[in-house]
Order: sequence, then structure tokens, then C-alpha cells
Amino acid sequence: MKTMIRIYTVLVYVFLYLPIAVMILFSFNSINSTGVFGGFSLRWYRELFRDSETLNALKNSIIMAVLSSLIATVVGTAAAVGIDKMRSRWLKSVTLTVTNIPMVNPEIVTGVSMMLLFVFASRLVRISGVLGFWTLLIAHVTFNLPYVILSVLPKLRQIDPHLQEAAQDLGCPPLKSFFLAVFPTIVPGVLTGAIMAFTLSLDDFVISYFTNGPEFQTLPIRIFSMTKKRVTPDIYSLSTMLFAAILLLLIIINVLQAQSEKQQSKKKYY
Amino acid sequence: MTGSESCIISLRGITKYYNGEAVLRGINLDIHDKEFITLLGPSGCGKTTTLRIIGGFVTPDEGDVYFNGKRVNDVPPYKRPVNTVFQKYALFPHLNVYDNIAFGPRLRKMPESEISRRVKEMLELVNLRGFERRSVNLLSGGQQQRVAIARALINDPKVLLLDEPLGALDLKLRKDMQVELKRIQQQMSITFIYVTHDQEEALSMSDTVVVMDMGEIQQIGTPEEIYNEPVNAFVADFIGESNILDGIMVDDLDVVMFGRHFKCLDKGFAKNEPVDVVVRPEDIDIVSVEEGMLSGVVTNVTFKGLHYEIIIDIEGFKWMVQTTDYWPVAAVVGIKIDPDAIHVMKKSKYSGAFGDYSSFSDEHEKLSEPDAKPEQPPAEEEIVD
Ligand SMILES: Nc1ncnc2c1ncn2[C@@H]1O[C@H](COP(=O)(O)OP(=O)(O)OP(=O)(O)O)[C@@H](O)[C@H]1O
Ligand SMILES: [Mg+2]
Repeated sequence: MKTMIRIYTVLVYVFLYLPIAVMILFSFNSINSTGVFGGFSLRWYRELFRDSETLNALKNSIIMAVLSSLIATVVGTAAAVGIDKMRSRWLKSVTLTVTNIPMVNPEIVTGVSMMLLFVFASRLVRISGVLGFWTLLIAHVTFNLPYVILSVLPKLRQIDPHLQEAAQDLGCPPLKSFFLAVFPTIVPGVLTGAIMAFTLSLDDFVISYFTNGPEFQTLPIRIFSMTKKRVTPDIYSLSTMLFAAILLLLIIINVLQAQSEKQQSKKKYY
Repeated sequence: MTGSESCIISLRGITKYYNGEAVLRGINLDIHDKEFITLLGPSGCGKTTTLRIIGGFVTPDEGDVYFNGKRVNDVPPYKRPVNTVFQKYALFPHLNVYDNIAFGPRLRKMPESEISRRVKEMLELVNLRGFERRSVNLLSGGQQQRVAIARALINDPKVLLLDEPLGALDLKLRKDMQVELKRIQQQMSITFIYVTHDQEEALSMSDTVVVMDMGEIQQIGTPEEIYNEPVNAFVADFIGESNILDGIMVDDLDVVMFGRHFKCLDKGFAKNEPVDVVVRPEDIDIVSVEEGMLSGVVTNVTFKGLHYEIIIDIEGFKWMVQTTDYWPVAAVVGIKIDPDAIHVMKKSKYSGAFGDYSSFSDEHEKLSEPDAKPEQPPAEEEIVD
């Protein structure tokens, strides 16, 4: 029985990671082939960095990820504070449901509906060709928001509801009280939310595909358009780098969460 | 109307509604300098709300709050010269003991060298010498309590507000902290406004006790006044044990209960005015039937350590008597009540709500019920299984 479970587990991981492993392997191929490994080289990485269009997409992706995660973090944290302060339980649960829906909504539906909204709105104000940087930014902030809210809210629930009042009581104006007394204690949640938003923005394809314009392409879109022409190993190297970046971010999120959990359990013991 | 000039804080006609329901109704209260004043009342009577109105966290719907004769209704909490010890302490979890206590002085830009000296002073005051670098998350409840007090007192408030500060502590620690809080109040010589629903705590610590119920102040007075001269049946019942009887004040110094005349020290009532009469259980003597003013049968005896609690049925009214003498159940006895043991009160909306101790044995049975459970036959589902 034990060995069965082990074999099963190994199989699951093989299925999960074999494609990625093969892709990573072939990204280091020295020849242009998808079937034969001709030896280790960085040829396709070098080629990639010579391709100005790819570099541009990389830059765009990073700009988009940084901006959208920043905005989503600020707006989402404020929203979480607002939701946490709601007195009516009914209103609170309605708000939370509304927040959750975009997360389970099929991406393609979100993407198409956003595109429709942008095009419709631009017709109203008689501007053409709105799809581009700004629409992409709005879309990314929108799908990032729930993740930020949902990682900040639990932190707010854990803290003493009177912390902000305590700071005010000691002579601190309300807004400053929030930053001195409440914010430091929810930082782990805010950081987790920010990195999650950054990751989601970096690897989003479907929604970006519908809301971006020709002059502002992100990496996933660039990869997709490359595959339309001809699949060359430089696509593998690009995908490998994207995978590595996102893996790193996920590790950071996990470490952050583990740390704040440790703090939490420490509190309980004493 | 303005607040009296001699008072450090005055509340005038404070009314507060939550969801259309009045939780405070016309509260009038004067708080004097260096006074230890306690708001006492059952859960939900509006103690916390009153305290939060003084702290500035709740705005009254009607009425005014005065500090030293100045109206402060619209002054935000961070500009009020009072500090609060919150019920669950509300210490800042990301700061250590030192930084928690230094929070207020730092906001006021006090030089760090002076802050350091003051923090040390405060830690000494609350008996936490050497705790500066400890994390507040790793302190015991009693220690967190002390940090919260130090964090408030370092700001030199004229008034300290404390909302059930000892509520989360165990009995032994509570007693110690009661003594210590009183010492701190006298040492700092400032005003304490203290909230509790524990009448013993209120009586033993306060200069003035404010008894509240259903959003109204029932009585304001010294602990002795509150205990010996309750104004109505609610106060008499809430503070200590009491036998509350129906009486008729036939004349000054003469009240009739059970158709018999009793001498008392109360006067100023209308002739033949119906009244409530309070007799404290410890003020009643059990004597022989011949010597007694009234006589009845002992129905219940409980040993309480210092005394026996004896329930005597006298013409259907169950009296509670506390005495060091033992009397067996079913003994026929008389009781004697001295004139100064009788306290006469005007009738109020609480008349009749509290009375004798006929529910005494019922309460007793209810308490012991959980123990009796295992002997009950198993529930139906268990049999089916
Ligand atoms: N923010 C609020 N919103 C709605 N109702 C409230 C609010 N705060 C208090 N109340 C209600 O007002 C009444 C008085 O509350 P308050 O907290 O002042 O009572 P309390 O005397 O402090 O009771 P306790 O001993 O239980 O702390 C209660 O019925 C409570 O439910
Ligand atoms: Mg309360």
C-alpha cells in the first residue's frame, strides 16, 4: 500500500513537472530541434536578448506588474479596511461575495467583457483605438484587487479592534493612527497581496489578450505571437525565465505566510 | 446649562441611540478632581458607552460633555486630556514594552532621553522593572494590563478611564490589582473613572459609585450610602443581598409590614404612603419565637465559611438571614430587626421586581442539574443505535 501511494505521488509530480522540465532542458539545447538534444548551450537565451521586440515585451510586463500590483495593493488594502469596519453582517457578506466572484469567473469571460466595456465606453466618448496601456492597466488592477483584499482581511480580523482608538487616545490623529498602529500589524498580509498581484499580472495571458493593443505587448502575449509563426527554442528560454520568476515569487509568498503564522502561534501560547 | 466649574468632567442630559433604541437616557454626572468614581451596573446598561462618550469615541445624540466647564462635544479623542485603559488592553503588538509606553510621549516630541527616564519611572510604578525590551505578545494578562496602565499614565492625564480592566484576570490577581490600582491612583493623585459590573470591586475601590441600569443612573453616592441607603429596589437588590418587602409608612419613624408596626429611622414620607422596605440579611437576629417580632420556619441552611445563610419562611415571605449561629432546617424561630436595620424607599418602577428568596432553592437545583444528568435514561437515539 505504501509503495502504491509513493508510486502514485511520483506519477502525479511527473505529470505536473515533466513538461516544464523538458521545456527547461530544451531551452538549453545547442541546436534548433524539438526532438534531439544536441548539447548544453545558452544560444537561445543570447538570441532572445538580441530580439528587441521580446526585450520590449519583458519591459512592458515588468512595468505592468509593478504598476498594477502597486495600485491594487493600495486600493485593495483600503477596501479591506472598509469591509472590516462594516457593522452589518449582511452587507459584509454581500461585499465579500461580490469580491470573490471575479476570482472564480472564467478568465475568458472577464477578458471579453472588459474589452466590450472599453470599446463601448470609447465609442461613447468618440475615441477610437483605446485598447492599449491604460486599458491593460485597468484590467490588471481589476483582477488583482480581490487577491489583495482577501490576503489583507484575515490580518485585520486577527488584531484587536481597538488598536486605532488606542493610538488616538494617546494623541494621534485618525489617519496617522492607522499607519502607526494598524498598518504595521497587517504588513505581512499587504506584502503577500502585493506579491500575489505582481505574480498574477506577470503571468496573465487571457485577460491581457483581450484588453491590450498592438503597441503594448506583455511577455505572455509575445510568447503566444511567437508560437503563431514558428516554434523555436528561444520560446522555451523565454518561458523558462517566466517560470523561474514566478516560482521565486511563490516561494517568497510562502515564506511570508509561514513567518506570520509562526508569530500567530507564538501569541497563542502565552 | 453648563457644567459646574468645580468639576473636572460634567455630563449633562446625555442621550445616545443605537439603531433607534436609547442606550443612554439623560445621563447627568459630575466628576470631581482626584476622585475614584465607578460606573456600576449589569451587562448592557450603558457603562462602556458612557466611558466612550467621555473619551470622545462616541458622540452623544443629545446633551453635552464638559471638561473643566468647557463644552467638548466636538473635540476629537486625540485632543482630549484623558487616557484610556482598554478592556483587552489594545497594546501595539509590533512594538515592545518600551515602545508601547513611549508611544504617547514620542507623538508629543519629547526628547528621547527624557522618554527613557519616564518609561523607567512608569515601569517602576506598575512593578515591571526591567521589562523594557520584552515583546508585549509574550506577557501574561496581568503584565499586559500593567503595560496598558503605564502607557496611559505616562501622558500625565488628569483623568484615566478604565473599562473593566480586571475582567480578564483570575480572582487572586484581580484582588492584587485592585489594591495596586488604588495605590497608583493615590500616588499619581488623578481622577479614575472605572467601569465594572462587579459590585464588590466597586464598593471596595471607589470614592463614588454610580449605579446604572437600562441607560439611566439609578443612584450616585459613596459606597456606604449606596449600600446602606439604596434609593430603590434595583439598587438594593444589585448591591449585596437584601430582603425587599412591601410596607406602609403610617407615620414618621413607623412602618407597617405584615400588619405589624416596626420602628425605623426614616421620615419625610406622606401619611400611609406605600413603600419598599429593605432589610439586609446580616442585620437580622434570629431569636426564640417569644422574643421575635415575627416568626417562621427555617427552610434552608447554607454554610458560607464566615457565616450561615439561613432562609426563613415567614407567612409566605422567604427571608434571608446571615448569622454565625447555626439553626437546623424546620426549626421554628423568631427574628428581631433593630430600627437602624430598616431602610425605607419610595416605590419605583422596580417595586415588585425583586422580593424575597423564594427562588433560592430553585436556583440551587438548577445549578446542580448538570451533575444529575448522567443518571438520566439515555436519549432515544442512543437506544436506537
Ligand atoms: N456600536 C454599537 N452599535 C449598536 N449597539 C451598540 C453599540 N455599542 C453598544 N451598543 C448597545 O448599547 C447597549 C449598551 O452597551 P454598553 O457597551 O455601553 O454596555 P455595558 O454596560 O458596557 O455592558 P457590558 O457590561 O456588557 O460591557 C447594549 O445594548 C449594546 O448592545
Ligand atoms: Mg462594557
